[in-house]
Amino acid sequence: MPEQTTDHPREESALDELARDDSSRKRFLRTLGGAGAVGAFGVLLAACGDDDKKDETTGGASGDTTTTSASAGGDVDIVNYALTLEFLEADFYKQVIASGLVKDPKVAELAKSIGQNEEEHVAALTAAVEQLGGTPVAAPKTNFQPTLDKGLETVLMTAATVENLGAAAYFGQAGRIKSKEILAAALSIHTVEARHAAALNQLVGRGFKGKGPLEGSLPDGAFAKPLDMKAVLAQAKPFIAA
Amino acid sequence: MQTNSTAAPELAAIKVEGLTRSAFLVRGTLAAGAAYGLGAVGPYVSRAMAQAGGDIDIVNFALTLEYLEAAFYQEAATKVQGLDGELAKLVKEIGTNEQEHVDALSAAAKQLGGTPAPKPAVDFGQSFASKDAFLKTAVTFEDTGVSAYNGAAPAIKSPDILAAAGSIVQIEARHAALVRLQAGESPAPDAFDKVLDMPAVLEAVKPFIKA
Repeated sequence: MPEQTTDHPREESALDELARDDSSRKRFLRTLGGAGAVGAFGVLLAACGDDDKKDETTGGASGDTTTTSASAGGDVDIVNYALTLEFLEADFYKQVIASGLVKDPKVAELAKSIGQNEEEHVAALTAAVEQLGGTPVAAPKTNFQPTLDKGLETVLMTAATVENLGAAAYFGQAGRIKSKEILAAALSIHTVEARHAAALNQLVGRGFKGKGPLEGSLPDGAFAKPLDMKAVLAQAKPFIAA
Repeated sequence: MQTNSTAAPELAAIKVEGLTRSAFLVRGTLAAGAAYGLGAVGPYVSRAMAQAGGDIDIVNFALTLEYLEAAFYQEAATKVQGLDGELAKLVKEIGTNEQEHVDALSAAAKQLGGTPAPKPAVDFGQSFASKDAFLKTAVTFEDTGVSAYNGAAPAIKSPDILAAAGSIVQIEARHAALVRLQAGESPAPDAFDKVLDMPAVLEAVKPFIKA
């Protein structure tokens, strides 16, 4: 295979670092508050430049082979990764609705409608993998029972957090996608995940900013932050049955 | 103001002045031509790639939208009767976010070596006459913002600008959901956010822009 193209050198994304490292995060927030939006944006631009160069870091997490930079392998892996997350989400809402925990008809309607969106994402991403000549991943075996057992409040809080995770996950891949068609599709799903996230976090009363990094309807203020595959999969792991 | 058939009549009624030609060209995404899901995306993308200006045009296009939004919420905060409690807080928060987007995009246009689009002169018509009228226009603004960014993004050449657009569009989507909830509407009415097509929209909004 050819060498990694020079425009995709390997490097940890500064934004990823920010997302994980509390002290970096505080620095970032200080920049936001201190130098104002322009300064923050400068950080964002610099960070996101690196974001494009982090194939090894993120790819390594899923064991993919992003060294084949010229092939569609990267996009297939990314779409399959998104598909896995959508499978998880879709199954979660299905189980939540089946559990009968949700009594409020308005909340039930929202959960159902979000669940339907996720099903459509699953179908679209499955088709996208096939269009790219890849093999769609199988639906993972999920493990939501412990969450369901904790009752409605935990269930809704979990849904709200997971949607913030989903939005950050899509954004985290945007710069890595090679195909413009796949990018356009990913973006149109990304913003729907963001809508879900805002609505659910509002519903559970977390306000604009919650206590944790994936909590709140506008958890990062005016500029959303991405998460790489490794960080996302670490968060999603408890919901995947061994 | 004429009322023409456009997908966003509330926006069409808003007068925009002071646009540079390049900002105007990309600004074309304001209405119409929605594409859904994966199947529809291919032809859209190739059209967009053929039509879009460079990154500076796209950034200035976004900047113009953000100027409109920022002004919209700033005016709303003082003009809409009965803005209280959670809604008042939301208006303030969104207005602040949009102003941050304005500042960031102005800086980005300069970083790219361009001249930031000027702040347009705006007239929001009857949008502040009532809470309902305000929410209706707010929903249109935010949904349109999402579609505009999503539509322009695949044509962006610089990874930095793409990342910035992705970061901002996610916030627009969150705003959209929050104002939709306030308006009693579904926060996410479609599984795929609509993508707005520039050339088609250019035609649709032309009558509403002062020469």
